[in-house]
Amino acid sequence: MQIESKEEFRPKIVAFCCNWCSYAGADLAGSSRLAYPADIKIIRVPCSCRVNPLFILRAFEKGADGVIMCGCHPGDCHYTTGNFYARRRMTLLFSMLDYLGVENGRTRVEWVSAAEGAKFSATMNEFAEKIQSLGRNVRLEDIRCRKE
Amino acid sequence: MQRIGVFVCHCGSNIAATVDVKKVVEMVKQEPGVVHAEDYQYMCSEAGQSRVAAAIREHGLTGLVICSCSPRMHETTFRKCAEKAGLNPYMVEIANIREQCSWIHKDVEEATKKAVILARAAIAKVDRDAPLQQGESVVTKRALVIGGGIAGIQTALDIADAGYKVDIVEKSPSIGGRMSQLDKTFPTLDCSACILTPKMVEASAHENITIYTYSEVEKVTGFVGDFTVDIRKKARSVDMSKCTGCGVCQEKCPSKKTPNEFNRGLNTRSAIYTPFAQAIPNVPVIDREHCIKFKTGKCGVCSKVCQAGAIDYDQKDEIITEKYGAIVVATGFDMIKLDKYGEYSYQESPDVITSLELERIMNAAGPTKGHLERLSDHKPPKEMVFIQCVGSRCSDKRGKSYCSKICCMYTAKQAILIRDKYPDVNVTVFYIDVRTPGKNFDEFYRRAVEEYGVDYIKGQVGKVSQTGDGKLLVQGVDLLDQKRILKKADMVVLAAAIEPNEDARKLATMLTASMDTNDFFTEAHPKLRPVESPTAGVFLSGVAQGPKDIPETVAQAGAAAVKVIGLLAKDKLKTNPCTAKPDELLCNGCSVCANVCPYGAISYIEKEVRDHGIREVRRIASVNSALCQGCGACTVACPSGVMDLQGFSNRQIIAEVDAICK
Amino acid sequence: MMKIDREKANEIQELSGVNTKKCMKCGKCSASCPSYEEMDIKPHQFVSYVQRGEIEPLLQSASLWKCLSCFACIERCPRDVKPGKLVDAVRQMVIRERGGNHLQEEEIPKLLDPELPQQLLVSAFRREKK
Repeated sequence: MQIESKEEFRPKIVAFCCNWCSYAGADLAGSSRLAYPADIKIIRVPCSCRVNPLFILRAFEKGADGVIMCGCHPGDCHYTTGNFYARRRMTLLFSMLDYLGVENGRTRVEWVSAAEGAKFSATMNEFAEKIQSLGRNVRLEDIRCRKE
Repeated sequence: MQRIGVFVCHCGSNIAATVDVKKVVEMVKQEPGVVHAEDYQYMCSEAGQSRVAAAIREHGLTGLVICSCSPRMHETTFRKCAEKAGLNPYMVEIANIREQCSWIHKDVEEATKKAVILARAAIAKVDRDAPLQQGESVVTKRALVIGGGIAGIQTALDIADAGYKVDIVEKSPSIGGRMSQLDKTFPTLDCSACILTPKMVEASAHENITIYTYSEVEKVTGFVGDFTVDIRKKARSVDMSKCTGCGVCQEKCPSKKTPNEFNRGLNTRSAIYTPFAQAIPNVPVIDREHCIKFKTGKCGVCSKVCQAGAIDYDQKDEIITEKYGAIVVATGFDMIKLDKYGEYSYQESPDVITSLELERIMNAAGPTKGHLERLSDHKPPKEMVFIQCVGSRCSDKRGKSYCSKICCMYTAKQAILIRDKYPDVNVTVFYIDVRTPGKNFDEFYRRAVEEYGVDYIKGQVGKVSQTGDGKLLVQGVDLLDQKRILKKADMVVLAAAIEPNEDARKLATMLTASMDTNDFFTEAHPKLRPVESPTAGVFLSGVAQGPKDIPETVAQAGAAAVKVIGLLAKDKLKTNPCTAKPDELLCNGCSVCANVCPYGAISYIEKEVRDHGIREVRRIASVNSALCQGCGACTVACPSGVMDLQGFSNRQIIAEVDAICK
Repeated sequence: MMKIDREKANEIQELSGVNTKKCMKCGKCSASCPSYEEMDIKPHQFVSYVQRGEIEPLLQSASLWKCLSCFACIERCPRDVKPGKLVDAVRQMVIRERGGNHLQEEEIPKLLDPELPQQLLVSAFRREKK
């Protein structure tokens, strides 16, 4: 039986943001002081198409409770077509993750432009709330990595 | 293992107020590889940078982590600083603890914890960084300006005066843009054409400027310094080299029922036409959709009357391919369509007009020859009502959320002009707020009220309806008086919101330049880089970037030109070294990476490799680092994991993931 | 000093789904209102009253019974504030507090006027009966 820690559950959430739109959107959220939970940590990638599905699997393996990927709006990719690839890859990955027992709510793709600081913050709040309600992710986690 | 130095910035109190910087320093010191850590008030300052440089020398650092603001702000600063101190500039990583930490969190403990984790991720990344060398690319010394309005013309003139070649591409048959449609300009009331046409002539006569009218940008490839653009020169059906601009063809053309776009459809034009008298070039265009010759094959009047033999019905669209170093977007604006605003009876009554239509009516070259008259019965009006903010400042689906900025001033201008020329006409303006920041702007508005007796009423109009006697009933309230107002008017003028040109979105996609939700082009930084797009080599001029009036547009046009000149003045540009790199031993030549590459940067070569002591010639991927822009699409597509992106390698990103999830 | 009732103000906003902070005070609702002259508190004022938490005057207001529920204000509000919904909500609050029926079904036929639009009847019935 799993013993729930008495401490309040604080999820670990990894956000992949493309350099041109979403990372700038996150910066705008910051400079507009639009708060979102500290549980979310952002990793900057040049484009959403740089996000290898392996990175997401790795995150879950290492104990992440949710992974969100943000990119430019479809059609607005700085590299013309990168987010189309990302969209397709993530659709496949998420359906496989769902099959493996990682609920669909734990993964998300959102398109955030550089001008959408408010959307970035709102999305992050919503996603963090969702992960909070789903609780700790137990699937895929390599228990050898867990710190007791 | 690298010898890593971590530098934590206070950013005054921006970071230090929410993040315990001393604690961060203390924590990161325990990370493997970190040999030095310190904090400082302003890391980006001269003093801060010299501390970094000193630490590099003193501790023999091979990697730097700067915990500060966004890398979008100061990554370059610290890379330069590292380079000066003898470290490869790509051995620097930034942990963003301001925008993504201190500014969005309030709890000090929580923010400090997060800052430490972000620093750890950056340490893990820099530990796997490899020194990278920037390449060089050439700069084509020619600029393209898209849009031939006042913004485009001014930008082109300024670039051309500096000695660089400029091409202007304009969609319509003449340059001039919206400004050529205006009658007078605020707040000085100069005649718009009188100040614009000299500029148009100057542009067309300038030895460095080539103007492509009736043309559109069709395809853009390449990148800063080296864009290749396809321009479609639509068939004019008139030979520009032969036409003398005598205008006989337009006079004799039997098809005269086409709505005149230049006059906002208030009257009609012939099928062969120049949009307005001062058009540049003064060469007509055959509108093939409405030309009888093109519709039925029978007519050819224009060809018969043309003394110069310039009419050419067989002319075809022409594609011009040209190389440019920089591109300026000056696509301007249009007024929103008012079909969703049924309450103002714009569709129903010809006497309800938009402000731009009023400009044409007031203009001596307009549909009424400059006489103010109702379009329904051509009688002069006695009561005129102006309604402000029609579609501006609307958060509903019908309008635009922004303030269109120019309406308050042009309404004051139109009101003054009407009261000046027709003192017996009463003018009432319904406003929500009068916004007149600008030099001599508020004085101008006050003149409308005090000198010209224009009646300003606070309160948006609820409804405009037609009455039996051909008049219009304007239903509103005076919010300051709490009184119902039912006003009979002869004409109603709507200050409709302005919106970016409808083709702007298509163009943005071609340029991979970003746009905001209203389809205005986004600037690289709202304050510090207002005329540059985040896409290198693409610059912004005029309303394409956001609502602005003529003086602001001209100022921005000049600013964009300076940026372009600064770019074209360079012979070579440093390229981004964060490019894809294949592992030659693992590549099996499957071509998947080449298929996803948007830049055609990957090709295949036959190369001799040594694998486990065996020498053989294999077909393997090779990346042209001058073409590769570093998106990373190929790295994920590669089935055998051969491709990796320098600066964002698999190992680095996985190390960041691990650090965050630890 | 006007009595401030935040609780009721919140309840009204919740009932109506209106966010009064979105109002930019342009007055288009009042300008659109066919019953403007009859109202003691005008539609645009409804928004400010709820925003300030001054609910008592609204509960007493004759405007509640003068609103025709024509929804012109809802349709035309540029900021999506929809003052008509506020009026509806306050009216409902009054009816709930008062309890019982103000108007019986039997009384309606003699109030009928063949000129009246059907929409008004439906809306009046809904208003009185709730």
